[in-house]
Amino acid sequence: MAEIRLSGRPASSGFAEGQLYVLPDKRVSRAPTGDPDLEAKALRNAIILASEALADLATTADGDAADMLGFQVAMLEDDALSEMAFAAIAEGKPADIAWRHSMDQEIEAYRSADDEYFRARSADLEDIRDNVLDMLSGGTSAAPPPPGAILIARDLQPSRFLGIDWSKGGAILLSEGSPTSHVAMLARARGVPMIVGLGELPRSADGIALIDGGSGQAILSPERQSLDQFIARRAEDDTLSARAEKLLLKDAMTKTGEAVTILINVADPLELDVISPDLCDGIGLVRTEFLFSEDGSFPDEEAQYRVYRRLVEWASGRPVTIRTLDAGGDKPIKNLTIDGESNPFLGVRGIRLSLIRPDLFRIQLRALSRAALHGPIKIMAPMVTIPSELATVRRMMAEEFKGLKAQGIAAALPPIGIMVEVPAAALAMDLFDADFFSIGSNDLTQYVTAAGRDIGSVADLADPRHPAVLRLIAMIATQGKKMQREVSLCGDAGGDPALIPLLLHAGIRCLSMAPSMVARAKLIISETSLSGDVVTP
Amino acid sequence: MTAQKASASLEEIRRGSAELTNAVGLHARPSVKLTQLAKSYQSMISVATEPQGPWIDAKSPVKIMRVKAPKGTTLYFEASGDDAAAAVAALVDLVERRFDEAEEEGHG
Repeated sequence: MAEIRLSGRPASSGFAEGQLYVLPDKRVSRAPTGDPDLEAKALRNAIILASEALADLATTADGDAADMLGFQVAMLEDDALSEMAFAAIAEGKPADIAWRHSMDQEIEAYRSADDEYFRARSADLEDIRDNVLDMLSGGTSAAPPPPGAILIARDLQPSRFLGIDWSKGGAILLSEGSPTSHVAMLARARGVPMIVGLGELPRSADGIALIDGGSGQAILSPERQSLDQFIARRAEDDTLSARAEKLLLKDAMTKTGEAVTILINVADPLELDVISPDLCDGIGLVRTEFLFSEDGSFPDEEAQYRVYRRLVEWASGRPVTIRTLDAGGDKPIKNLTIDGESNPFLGVRGIRLSLIRPDLFRIQLRALSRAALHGPIKIMAPMVTIPSELATVRRMMAEEFKGLKAQGIAAALPPIGIMVEVPAAALAMDLFDADFFSIGSNDLTQYVTAAGRDIGSVADLADPRHPAVLRLIAMIATQGKKMQREVSLCGDAGGDPALIPLLLHAGIRCLSMAPSMVARAKLIISETSLSGDVVTP
Repeated sequence: MTAQKASASLEEIRRGSAELTNAVGLHARPSVKLTQLAKSYQSMISVATEPQGPWIDAKSPVKIMRVKAPKGTTLYFEASGDDAAAAVAALVDLVERRFDEAEEEGHG
């Protein structure tokens, strides 16, 4: 088999090397008795067996895992969960079909919840459903995978995760799944590397795989050279991690004593439940696209307000920069973005889309204005190209603020800044009346180099280390100083250990990055000496 | 707010309410804690998210999870039975203590 490189969403960091193992989907084959009394008895037994098995697992679990299992046991022991299935059995349905059908309805209600947290619980309900189905068909059908294996599956149930021996290492590759699922949480707690959302995965696999959970990269059947690189990277990572972890909760400072502000990027507020705000100086980027679900429905003002409020409460007085909806380009949203544009990256995206959908945009501005009462929210507009776009945002914000006041609804008027990612805005920054600027290094790089990161054959050209990109970043930092406006950088480059020294030399003193990158970034910063002058290649 | 005091008649309904202030509302862990506490009392106990109901069984985690109550929701309790007053007071206290979870969720 030739080497296969895969890239997905990181769900649990860490390196793993091991044998590939495709987890078979469990199938229920059970002959119905045809007698409603016997079917009811079979289901009752299966529920008891499943809850006993879970309670057994719970005795070996602790912390979050024990809580999760406790939740499943509590649900299973509640007659309300099975009453619909027993009613169907009384009408003549076989036990497994009755159970599956009633659980599917219960699961569907979770899947369609507005709140992402409750949506994520659908996996627990699936777990409960499948455990009972296993018991109905005479116990767990699938053999446990070999210890230390790299598991391939569509999705993985939490109880199945707990039933696997992870003491010899191993990792998880899922074609679907979510970083906010219970199983992802368990994997992080247990230190099992996990990548989700990988799309199509091989159905049968042999040979070994190399996993870098932190970057979401997997290599199946690696060639010799890839293996050597992997081993070197893992060794280097081990040493660095140990040193970086000590700096996690400390203020970031260069070797020569310059303070650097560290902000975090948030793609999903659930990530914040497991991290302390003490590791950062605030939130530099909230990607509000997560509010828009895949089914094409839009969040109302109340739902948005609740999410924004939760973010500022988490930050406990630290600034929270919330980017208005940045749909389009590589982030299509059903019923909203324009299909069939010849070049979506040069089309109606970011603020351009918000301004042609003021109905939706005003809802977001109102929710932000209300949430700003609870802490220092900053509003950031993406893809701004000309000053009048920012002026329009300001006018709409002022109108919504006035409207809220007139209705007697408490609100505040937050500062409004822009992303600097379109070269036109970068080169004419002085024309923009923004309260702050934040460099979107991903888009800025691809617009400056005219090369898309998602196009494999030119991806190497889209390099933020290109002198043109670094010089432009230095210009932006200098211009921001002149205008006495804060300049931060919130693209992937901001958390990239290889780029951080270059950004500091270019004059950037405020970096926003994924929470998982913070410790390493602080280490790199502490090792960087600055001369006091802006230096670019 | 605490459970209202009232003179004793077995069938008298005791009431209380409290706002959900923990980060993710009435999710898995809080639901389990709430129903376990409710089950430790003899009384019939119901919970609702509006003062007029609809009322659901406070001892059923399945029914409570179906409500999907987010943070900021006010929970109303009603109990009737021998230990109704104590039950309502304990449940209100549990909600007001944020289900003892504030620290884990990183809220200062």
